[in-house]
Amino acid sequence: MKIEHNKNFTVGAVITCFMLAVILVGMFWTPYDPNAMDGAAKRLAPCLAHPLGTDNFGRDILSRVIEGAGATFLIAAATVAIGLAAGLVIGGLTGWYGGWLDECLMRLNDAVAAFPSILLALVLIALMEPGRSSVILALGVLFVPSFARIVRAEVARQKSLDYVASARLMGAGDVRILLLHILPNIVPVLLPSVAIGFNNAVLAEASMSYLGVGVQPPDASLGRMLNEAQGYLMSAPWYALSAGAAIILLILGFGLLSEGLGGDAGA
Amino acid sequence: MLEIKDLHVRFLSTGKEAVRGVDLAIGPGQRMGLVGESGSGKTVTAMALSGLIERWNVDMSGQVLFEGRDLLTCSREQLRRVQGKDIGVVFQEPMTSLNPLMKVGRQVEEVLKIHTQASPAERRRLALEAMAQVGLPEPEVTYEKYPHQLSGGQRQRAVIASAMVIHPKLLICDEPTTALDVTVQAQILELLRSVSRDYGVAILLISHDLRVVRKLCESVAVMYKGRIVEHGDTEEVFAHPQDEYTRRLIAAIPKRTRHE
Repeated sequence: MKIEHNKNFTVGAVITCFMLAVILVGMFWTPYDPNAMDGAAKRLAPCLAHPLGTDNFGRDILSRVIEGAGATFLIAAATVAIGLAAGLVIGGLTGWYGGWLDECLMRLNDAVAAFPSILLALVLIALMEPGRSSVILALGVLFVPSFARIVRAEVARQKSLDYVASARLMGAGDVRILLLHILPNIVPVLLPSVAIGFNNAVLAEASMSYLGVGVQPPDASLGRMLNEAQGYLMSAPWYALSAGAAIILLILGFGLLSEGLGGDAGA
Repeated sequence: MLEIKDLHVRFLSTGKEAVRGVDLAIGPGQRMGLVGESGSGKTVTAMALSGLIERWNVDMSGQVLFEGRDLLTCSREQLRRVQGKDIGVVFQEPMTSLNPLMKVGRQVEEVLKIHTQASPAERRRLALEAMAQVGLPEPEVTYEKYPHQLSGGQRQRAVIASAMVIHPKLLICDEPTTALDVTVQAQILELLRSVSRDYGVAILLISHDLRVVRKLCESVAVMYKGRIVEHGDTEEVFAHPQDEYTRRLIAAIPKRTRHE
């Protein structure tokens, strides 16, 4: 069992590090300008000059995948950050204080969670306007309930343990107990859900951009590229394959990481 | 110093009255035992007077006077100033009463952080001193350890050190030795006794075990079904139990140890 978990963790870490390295490099350098069009090189199959080929505007797909992976990654990370931050506050308050505050906030939480997520995100984005920051905000809101629920359950569990009672009996204030004592103790439980949440966020960003409400052209994002690629599935399959493969690698890496983490936390 | 007058505690959720009119008084440096079977209300009494019961979960009446201030009616802020500083608590389970992710030394000095203005160096010095006093080996090394690296007895010593580092006036010990094996039990009881003697700390020992109470306490109160049925000098109670329930409790002590 142990070896298997560690294998997951190792493979996941390798894939994730590879993707992160590619994204990091892509922030400063890509083989071509991702948005530079070349009328003479439309829909080129992969070749030496363009390892992943070119799209229908003659843009280098490798450069666009690198740039798009970066965009997708940043949106997913920001989404998880919003969800996690709000989830920690809501979960912390409800788990610690309980009572009517718990009832109110958790029912609100249920209401958000009960909505079909894509629909809710579309509505939220329509209220703002399509674009990067709207997607982050809308997806962030969607991600709050799951984090809030996990944090709440954990805080409530920790609250009943003696060391928390001890801290209270030392006269420690609520904030001190929550931040100094409980928070570090729920991190092991949170880590796998952060990794899983990140995966969901990558998929959600891809769906949003695929539907055309996320990253706007000419900027690249993996979902955006899939959208553009579907018209050329037959004539330029490398376009869709490259973007799809990048999504798979991002998710696979984090998925395996979370599996490894979860296994260790449970062991 | 601590005076409990006609304390009643009723749980709102179940409507059960766990404590029905308890009167107790503990003077400075006194060691008192509170014994009774599970469900007799002894732990609830202790919780009520340490302020651990959420006030909105229970219906409490009576008075818990600590140096003249009623802990049941004072504000949370006032209560917090007493908690830890004047009243320390030691729980039954040393496995869970320490934060697993915090170094032992930091936990020992935490109460100083909350209640005093002592500098980090001063806190560390006091913590090391307290850890040495409770007999933790190599305080400097133990300071940097995490709870899981200590044995059960050592953890309970660390818990006692964290309660004692600020020299409270009263130490409430809720079954402090129940989770420990017998030899360690005796050591911890001896430690509590010396702590009480050296610093004049009063101890309220809550236990179901009359033998433990007899080893440590000068006086004993026997609780049964939320009431105190007998109260007096420990040896006197052992020699001439007045109440039927006390007699049954004493009779329940295994014979070979009854006259140890």
